[in-house]
Amino acid sequence: MTEGKKALLVMGCPEVPVQISIVIYLAHKLRKAGWDVTVAGTNAPIKLLKVADPESHYVKKTADLDWMIQEIVEKRMDFDACFAFMHSDAGVAYGATFAAISKAKHYAVVFGKNAEALGESIDYPAEKIVAKATHNPGPLKSKIDRVVI
Amino acid sequence: MSCIEQLKYRLYLERTSFKEARDYIEKNSEEVYYVDPGYKIFKDYYIIGVPPVALGVRGDEILFTYVKPCHGTFVMGIDSPEEIARLRESEAEKIKKTLKEGQKKGSARDSTETKTSIISFGDMYKK
Repeated sequence: MTEGKKALLVMGCPEVPVQISIVIYLAHKLRKAGWDVTVAGTNAPIKLLKVADPESHYVKKTADLDWMIQEIVEKRMDFDACFAFMHSDAGVAYGATFAAISKAKHYAVVFGKNAEALGESIDYPAEKIVAKATHNPGPLKSKIDRVVI
Repeated sequence: MSCIEQLKYRLYLERTSFKEARDYIEKNSEEVYYVDPGYKIFKDYYIIGVPPVALGVRGDEILFTYVKPCHGTFVMGIDSPEEIARLRESEAEKIKKTLKEGQKKGSARDSTETKTSIISFGDMYKK
């Protein structure tokens, strides 16, 4: 059913360790389910991702965050699902931007020390996946597994 | 990286929340316009933010929010009569479009409301 569908994973600031771990996990999970997955981010999280997955075994496609926004706004590209990772106010601003410019189904993946309060502050149309996780990816992985089967 | 960082800008707020940045623009601008996230300014900067995204005009300066994933939201100001003119023009287009849609969808009840509001507007001037 998901064959040929496109998913975008939007990484935020990489200072919370669980992000890269869950991005790789989710990208792999979606790809195994037949999704065409692209991971977008700024230089720092993309570098972390490429070092962790040197042969692109789990993540085949990466893209610069600003370039991706430009491509979607200019209608040269779009996705069926968009997972925006966030642990700060700036991450929410990016998630809201993708929700405004893309026709995808939106998921806000919220983690970090203040995950619950941050999750409550999100009022743009998105399914929220919230877990108070910083170093241990377990709680966020469980929440992801409930949404992405 | 967007060309914004190469332009001559003034920084009014840094590393703040998007809401505080929006409040600053609303309180410190002569005119405030609201745009959708993804609105393009200065050739290649697509505005990031939670709607409503405020843009301010103060003299020749345009005030806007600039979000960086690891650093939060900044309020920047750049002198640009061109961007201000484009913003005013797009606002006028939006109003024109809304009026046209209103005419198309307008029921008898809507037209009564429009008439009422025009009369009220005139009455304000009579006073």
